[in-house]
Amino acid sequence: MSPDTNAKLIYMANQIATFFKSQPAAEAAEGVATHINKYWEPRMRRKLFEHIDHGGEGLNPLVLEAAAKIRRPEAA
Amino acid sequence: MNMVHEIDYGTPASKSEKLVTLTIDGREITVPEGTSIMRAAMEAGIEVPKLCASDMMDAFGSCRLCLVEIEGRAGMPASCTTPVAPGISVSTQTQRLKDVRRGVMELYISDHPLDCLTCAANGDCELQDMAGAVGLRDVRYGYDGSNHVKARSNGGEINLKWAPKDESNPYFTYDPAKCIVCSRCVRACEEVQGTFALTIGGRGFDSRVAAGMNEDFVSSECVSCGACVQACPTATLTEKSVIEIGQPEHSVVTTCAYCGVGCSFKAEMRGEELVRMVPWKDGQANRGHSCVKGRFAYGYSSHKDRILNPMIREKITDPWREVTWEEAFTHVASEFRRIQYQYGRDSVGGITSSRCTNEETYLVQKLVRAGFGNNNVDTCARVCHSPTGYGLNQTFGTSAGTQDFDSVEHTDIAVIIGANPTDGHPVFASRLKKRVREGAKLIVIDPRRIDLVRSAHVEASYHLPLKPGTNVAILTSMAHVIVTEGLANEAFIRERCDWSEYEDWAAFVAEPYHSPEASEAYTGVPADLVRGAARLYATGGNGAIYYGLGVTEHSQGSTTVMAIANLAMVTGNIGRPGVGVNPLRGQNNVQGSCDMGSFPHELPGYRHISDDATRDIFEKLWGVSLNNEPGLRIPNMLDAAVDGTFKALYIQGEDILQSDPDTKHVAAGLAAMECVVVHDLFLNETANYAHVFLPGSTFLEKDGTFTNAERRINRVRRVMRPKNGYADWEVTQKLAQAIGLNWNYRHPSEIMDEIAATTPTFAMVSYDYLDKMGSVQWPCNEKAPLGSPIMHVDGFVRGKGKFIRTEFVATDEKTGPRFPLLLTTGRILSQYNVGAQTRRTDNVIWHAEDRLEIHPHDAEQRGIRDGDWVRLASRSGETTLRSLITDRVAPGVVYTTFHHPTTQANVITTDFTDWATNCPEYKVTAVQVSPSNGPSDWQRDYDEQARQSRRIAGKLEAAE
Repeated sequence: MSPDTNAKLIYMANQIATFFKSQPAAEAAEGVATHINKYWEPRMRRKLFEHIDHGGEGLNPLVLEAAAKIRRPEAA
Repeated sequence: MNMVHEIDYGTPASKSEKLVTLTIDGREITVPEGTSIMRAAMEAGIEVPKLCASDMMDAFGSCRLCLVEIEGRAGMPASCTTPVAPGISVSTQTQRLKDVRRGVMELYISDHPLDCLTCAANGDCELQDMAGAVGLRDVRYGYDGSNHVKARSNGGEINLKWAPKDESNPYFTYDPAKCIVCSRCVRACEEVQGTFALTIGGRGFDSRVAAGMNEDFVSSECVSCGACVQACPTATLTEKSVIEIGQPEHSVVTTCAYCGVGCSFKAEMRGEELVRMVPWKDGQANRGHSCVKGRFAYGYSSHKDRILNPMIREKITDPWREVTWEEAFTHVASEFRRIQYQYGRDSVGGITSSRCTNEETYLVQKLVRAGFGNNNVDTCARVCHSPTGYGLNQTFGTSAGTQDFDSVEHTDIAVIIGANPTDGHPVFASRLKKRVREGAKLIVIDPRRIDLVRSAHVEASYHLPLKPGTNVAILTSMAHVIVTEGLANEAFIRERCDWSEYEDWAAFVAEPYHSPEASEAYTGVPADLVRGAARLYATGGNGAIYYGLGVTEHSQGSTTVMAIANLAMVTGNIGRPGVGVNPLRGQNNVQGSCDMGSFPHELPGYRHISDDATRDIFEKLWGVSLNNEPGLRIPNMLDAAVDGTFKALYIQGEDILQSDPDTKHVAAGLAAMECVVVHDLFLNETANYAHVFLPGSTFLEKDGTFTNAERRINRVRRVMRPKNGYADWEVTQKLAQAIGLNWNYRHPSEIMDEIAATTPTFAMVSYDYLDKMGSVQWPCNEKAPLGSPIMHVDGFVRGKGKFIRTEFVATDEKTGPRFPLLLTTGRILSQYNVGAQTRRTDNVIWHAEDRLEIHPHDAEQRGIRDGDWVRLASRSGETTLRSLITDRVAPGVVYTTFHHPTTQANVITTDFTDWATNCPEYKVTAVQVSPSNGPSDWQRDYDEQARQSRRIAGKLEAAE
């Protein structure tokens, strides 16, 4: 796995979190999770979870909060 | 086969609802008030002779041929300028009229050459027709006196009234000797096109048509739209193709394959040779108008660079080897099978084309989902309007624009955001300018001073020249003004939108930090301009927003689309003619490719892949089980390729290496794949990295449909056999058969039938129905059998309109000491997208290279003169191109087009993307500009690599 594409994935997740952070607080985490579930291919979600499982460094706290609602793909 | 027959009624239709009854030649006729006598007669089938009249333009009354007599009135009024009146009795043919008309014709012909047999208009000359109609038998005046016909008098003296043919325009000629000064060309340029490039110079007998300041056509402001050529009743303005080939013998109505306006054309043919493309008056998007691309720039279809045989190579460093179609299909099928076996089912994918038909696009996504067994399919809308789909779906409930183009005729305030219609969507621009000349107001929000800010007879009330990347801030500030100044349309909001969401949003935008005074610091737009524009939009009547890629291609593209939707809802500008939210789509079938399920997360009709009921429809029909997880988007595919998990890609009609951002990353992704299949007309830039090349067919060579920016499904009709042997849908079908799918479509109409059967918004669409209706706008089903010109009429598709907070977040692409300028990109009238088509036509005379527009102040600081080679560098890479010094761009902003591969503008652009859709941020790149001696090392290496990769075994090197 390229560190470059991993960094990109973290950046993308944070961008999504930044948008939903500005929405009403009750909908924010749900919004992030729904968005990632709807648009992220399992490989991307898998990499996201691998990163979260390793501490999730650099991820917006809202992504971490949303993680419980993001569908975890089966291990490859 | 016959020519498509169009009736010219002489003057435009009256829109009055009041009817008037009169008598013409003893026949009682009822027409709307305000109709001309000429038109009323024609509607009754009585053709009054005419030369200067055409129903594309207002009556002019100069030719004196259409005279009639009216009982009880004196004289012989011109029927084109005389409106009908109740109870009048009109005669179109009396002895007096006959004599006068014959006299008038005799005078016309006395100053017109009599070379009819060898004239290019022979067979299509209204002057000749009228001479016949009035029974002209003799011309008593010779050419001895003053005339425009002879270069020299009989005595050999030079005739100063004579002027030579102007052949400067690559597509048509102007022969002043044949001009009858009817002014139709001048009026077409003014009224239809709105450029005002033509005029009548001189007075009396000296009157002549003049382009610009009496220049040749190509040096004048003429934009070569062809409206004047179409209007000319003689051979004065004639297509060069007609001069060369002769008159067409049959014609077929089809749809232009250039921009998202989707103009209808008559392809006028002689056998299988295309003589000319003429805009079709009944075309509901273009209403008989065209631009230089659709009208003239079709030469690429027979260009020598077209590849007509399939080709294969093992490594991308090898020369290409021509193979049979069979061999190519077998090879691709076995490679994709091998790769899926070796790297997993999800290691392959496809890209559908926004230039291909709906049917072809549908088949490619079907091939990926049903054949490859995954959802790794995407389309070039990813890099242009994917935020439109997302943003409008969230707020309104449909991923499409809300109006038809006719709607602009009812618009009072047009807001143009991040779009340059006069270049990108010229036929729509002409319709908009016409409305502006009638009094509608314009607000332009664009970093650059586009033509609509100020040009002939058009001046925007407000131009907000914002800093690239601050769209959300400007639009939220406009919302702030509307909400805090009490301009919100609360009645509309209460009825149509969710009130509590509105209250939340209103409180959000009312925050003082959203005021124009606060945002001015980063948008660079004076607060009073923002306030003025917001007030005008909210209170000026019907407000319509038109926007383009300057909105979507940002890291906050989707947020901007939502901000636009918010503005339309808060002012109640949705659901009727003249208003709405109108994305100006880039390519001919971007709308269609999205509709057809090209996105990795949704099936045709915008239904999410995780929806069991939708999957069930397709699973039953296709006899496969579908993956319920979203697939990879184009940038994700490239990332996965770099990661080593994505290995093969079938690309139909898309040049991702040139059109997608951060070229080096795209190249790295492509280079990491084991089987790249490019299906295209030409060896495009992406083909440099391809292992298989499948030749494509042009829009002239296949049947199908395109869906334009107004959701209009237009027929594309085949006028010649595919030069490569197969239409693109047949190629995809044969590929599918090679991988074991049992597809047996005999005609694209059968594919459309499948689309209609599976997609509720297309339920009533069929080729028979389209032939009957001309075109329809989806949704077209039992609820809307005639289609839906305007959406959300009685309520939003999603139920209640949803206001969404739009917080401005500055892009991370920031200027600094190393890269102090902001680069933004756009397009130009004569070229189209990556230029693969238009560069292979004579359009290059208007735009032979991409230039870097830079403000005089920034140029001066850097010692750059106009036309100098400059180095353009960003964090991603660098390239060189020539400068163009202009104050159209603000200080601190530079601009270029991306039509030429040698420029490599996308080496510069970064990999930042829209947060919701991964649409690239093309419109903002921090750059530095400095003087340069010529092409960069990258450009030289790239050229060499491209040259090497285009070698075909056994053939001389291709010219390009």
